[in-house]
Formats: sequence, C-alpha cells, structure tokens
Amino acid sequence: MILRLAIGSLGARVLTVAMTVLAIALSVMLFLGVEKVRTGAKASFADTISGTDLIVGARSGSVQLLLYSVFRIGNATNNVTWQSYQDIAARPEVDWIVPISLGDSHRQFRVMGTTVEFFDRYRYRQGRGLEVAEGAVMADLFDTVIGADVAATLGYTTGDPIIVAHGIASFAEHKDQPFRVSGILEKTGTPVDRTVIVSMEAIEAIHVDWRNGAQIPGQSTPVDVIRRMDLTPKAVTAALVGVESPLQTFALQRAINEYPEEPLLAILPGVALQELWAIVGIAETALLGVSAMVVVTALIGMMATIFSSLNERRREMAIFRAMGARPTTIMGLLVLEAVLTAAVGALIGMLLLYLGLFVAQPMIDNAFGLWLPIEAPTLRELWVLLGVVAAGAIVSLVPAVRAYRLSLADGMMVRT
Amino acid sequence: MPGETVLLLGESGSGKSTLLSLICGTVSASAGSVTVAGTPSSDLSGGARDRFRAEQIGMIFQQFNLLPFGSVLDNILLPLRFAPSRRGRVADPRAEARSLCGALGLPDLLTEKAAALSVGQQQRVAVARAMIGRPPIIIADEPTSALDETSQSAFLDLLFAQVRAHGTTLLMVSHDPRLGARFDRVVAMKDIAHIERQAA
Repeated sequence: MILRLAIGSLGARVLTVAMTVLAIALSVMLFLGVEKVRTGAKASFADTISGTDLIVGARSGSVQLLLYSVFRIGNATNNVTWQSYQDIAARPEVDWIVPISLGDSHRQFRVMGTTVEFFDRYRYRQGRGLEVAEGAVMADLFDTVIGADVAATLGYTTGDPIIVAHGIASFAEHKDQPFRVSGILEKTGTPVDRTVIVSMEAIEAIHVDWRNGAQIPGQSTPVDVIRRMDLTPKAVTAALVGVESPLQTFALQRAINEYPEEPLLAILPGVALQELWAIVGIAETALLGVSAMVVVTALIGMMATIFSSLNERRREMAIFRAMGARPTTIMGLLVLEAVLTAAVGALIGMLLLYLGLFVAQPMIDNAFGLWLPIEAPTLRELWVLLGVVAAGAIVSLVPAVRAYRLSLADGMMVRT
Repeated sequence: MPGETVLLLGESGSGKSTLLSLICGTVSASAGSVTVAGTPSSDLSGGARDRFRAEQIGMIFQQFNLLPFGSVLDNILLPLRFAPSRRGRVADPRAEARSLCGALGLPDLLTEKAAALSVGQQQRVAVARAMIGRPPIIIADEPTSALDETSQSAFLDLLFAQVRAHGTTLLMVSHDPRLGARFDRVVAMKDIAHIERQAA
C-alpha cells in the first residue's frame, strides 16, 4: 500500500515528476549512448583491418606504420625495396602478400598503389570483404577504383577521368597520365572509403618522367610508350601479409624484424590498433565523464524538485504521522519516491536509446562508418542503470532528512 | 474513563493543539508526565510513542484529513499499516472499511480518489479511518469547523453512534460551547490553566 501511495503521491505532481523523469531519461540515454558509441567505435576501430597477420614497412614505430599503411595518416620514413618485398614473399611461412605504395594524392584523398589481390585480401569488420558497388576493379594500367567517400565527395561515377597529383598537397600533377574510374567500392567505414586505388604498375608509370621528386624538364613519355615499358616496382611503402599458420606469425615477425638487407618492421595489426586506441581513447573517456556529469546534474535536479515540494507536502506528512508513521517512515517514503522516479527515468532512457539506435543505426553507419550493434543490454549497462537508481536514492537523502526534521517538528500540526 | 465522551473547549491559542500533541505523543512534555489510557506515554521512546499512537488513537482533523492522491480505501486502511494489533482485530480490512462506510452513510466510494469527495464526505471517511481496527481512543480536532450547521449535527450524530457502538473514548476539541450537551464531560482549557496555576 505504501508503494501505491508513493506512486499516487508522484501522480499528484505529475507534471514536475514527468519533467524530472524526462531529465533523468535524457541524461541516461546520453550516458548509455556515449558508452555505445565508445564501444562501437572501439570495435569498429579494431575491425578496420582484420584477416591480416602482419603489416611490414620500413623500420619506424608500430603506430606510425599502422597510421600510414592502414589509416593513410602521415608518411613512411622510408620505402621497402622490391627485392626485400620479394624475399619476404618467397618465405615459406607467407601465404599471401599484398604490396602498398603511397605518396601521391588526388584532391584531399590519398592514392594507393596495390595489386588486385588487395580486393580479395583486405578484410574489415570481422572478416567482411570489399565489394564493388559500381563498375569493376582495375583491368587497364590507368584504371582506378575509388572509395565510397571519394565518389560521394567529388561526385565521381565510373568512366570519369582522374588526374593524380604528385605527393600530398602538391600542385604538381601527373596530367600526362590521366586515370579513368573503373569502379567504386561499397562504403566500408574504413580508410578505404577515402582512398583512390591504382595498380602498382600505374604508380611506376606516372613516375617515368620524374626523378628525385621532380619532373624531368621537357620530358613527357607518351602513354603508349609507357605501356610497353617494364613497370616492375622498385619499392613499396608497406605490405600486408597473411601467414600459412597462425603459429608462424611470431617467427615470421622476428625474421622480418631481423632482416639483414635493410631495416624493416613487422607489426601485428591488432596489437598496434590497441596501442593506437590507448592514445585516442582518452578523448572518449573524457566524453564519458562529461555525460556522467549530465546524469549527476539530472539527479541534483530531482533533489531540488523534492526539496521544493516539501513545504506543500507537510500536511501529507502530518497525516502520516497522525496515523502512527515514524519520521523514518516519512524519510523512507521520499527515498522510495526518488528511487521510483530514477528507475522510471533510467528505463525510459534505455528505451529511448534503443529506439534512437533502431532509427539512427543505418544513418550513423552510412555517415561515419560506425556500426552500432543493437544488442541486449550488457551487464555494464545494467550496472549503470542500477547505479543511477542508487545515486537517485542517495541524493534524495538530503531532502528526506529535511522531511524527517520537519515531520519531527510539525508532528500532526503543520506550523507555517 | 473508557467509553467516555469528553469535549475540550478553548479559544484559539489556548494550547488545545499542544495538549493534543502531548496526548498523541508527537511532542514530549518538558516537565511532568503524560498518561494516556493508563500508559505513561511520556516515559516511552519516540518510536514507542508512534506505535502507541497508531495502536491506541484514531485521529480526525478539522480539515484536509485525507491523502488526496489515495483512494478512499487507501485512506481508511492507512492506520492499519502502522498498527499490527489493530490490523489483527480486522479479519477482512476491505469488508470492514465497506461496513464502516455504510454505517457512516457513505455510498460505495472505496475506489474513488479522496480528492473527488465533498468536504462532508471526506470528514466521514476520516471517521471511518479513525474507527478501523477499533482503537480505544478517538481524538477529533474541531472536526465540524468546516461544515455547515446541518452537516455538523448529522456528522456528530454519526460520530457518536460509532463511538457508542464500539465503546470508544472520544476526546473532541472545539471552541463551540453549545456542543457540550452532547458530551459526558466538558473540560475548558482555561480551567486546566487555572489548575496548573494552583498547582504551581
């Protein structure tokens, strides 16, 4: 009956209680939403590349190698010679190897030279492969396949011409060797979306007339002549490697790291991703902290609401006291009301979150490449809900103690 | 005396409410002792006084008697929540509440919200709440002050019928001396003050 009376008392102040519930619900939705985005971003981040056992590049730092080879951020300190690449490819532990050549750009997007095997071997989000949404992979020397963001941003369709610029943010263009968009990839939510992919031979082809980073003055080899040239790469920026057996991964990594011909670095993508996450994850922890403060603010709002209602509820408390209720019962009634308010707010917040996820999931995936799975609440999320209810009970103790004192002073007679 | 009806007369500010609070045990006496129904309630702890009040006393205020958000039934059954012995005397609380409402001339309103009732109906529900579980004492603090003269008389008839039917002691506070004829004994606050002065 006390529970029913507590609910009835809340119902008698439905508008203010509804506002408090809404504030708690929105703050809980924000907190859990940030948590969902945080875990989703972490999972998406870790799933940027999967199925690749090692990434090989010139010796530098593991995070730096990961950044330029996978995220197309920054530059390599050096290249790997074609001979070294072939030595690694010939090792018995290697199941497959895909070269990557970086350095040029098109508008704000990086150009990556690779082989068509890249489209089969590159995996993301727990093993998903690349899909061509429109057209086909490169068949001609001057064909290019572009990521979904490149196509969307620049409005390209298959058959459109592309002029690659030399280097990054450079005005020097390889305009004598224009490319043609042969295919556009499906959106992946990975850096591939922002990449212009050409063949390794094409990278050599556009640099035929270039020496030491500058075009040889007056030299412009015709395209049909270039097509007949030996375009075997002289170097690669990095390579993605798959091993025959997972057991051989560490042995191969050690062998590459100790490669005597030139200083190389082989990294485990998962480990490097974890290292990178430890750096960028700090911002998300801060975001989580801010949203936790929003929850605290909503609960303090609830405390203020209870406080402001105390005076008008003194008659109600006097009736309870006259019936034999102890001051602690009055105190408990207020705490019970706060717990009910916080619990309803927390549950509505959770429902709003799932409703929002249901509506926004495809849009977020499409806009940011961030996949937020709609799953049953995790144990951590349930603890958060329980924590909100417990915090609601704790903050309500302040007005409850005030009510206790008032009911002791008033007894059955309300003195105003 | 058990079953006695007593009218406590006094002007505003004469100390009636303080005396009622002392009897009910919601305030403690700064000097002397308070004995209610043979129990020295001033010697009891705060919690024991609350329990004593719940078990021994049914209370009727002059107005705003009921929890407006509760149903009539919730309000009538409220004292039983804090008084196990009173609850033990009622085999079927809902039937008892319905029987009291019938005896007090209330239609079947058990599920109605208290706020939806007229003032007169609310006062009768307050009587039912005070009577449930048959506490030995009923204290009524100017219960007729919010009623018109006709309703006052009808209300008092019902109240007296109930206390007489159950042998309950009634202590009613009023400032209207015309009500004195209905009671076994009339005590004026000024007489109590006179006795106190003499004792001092």
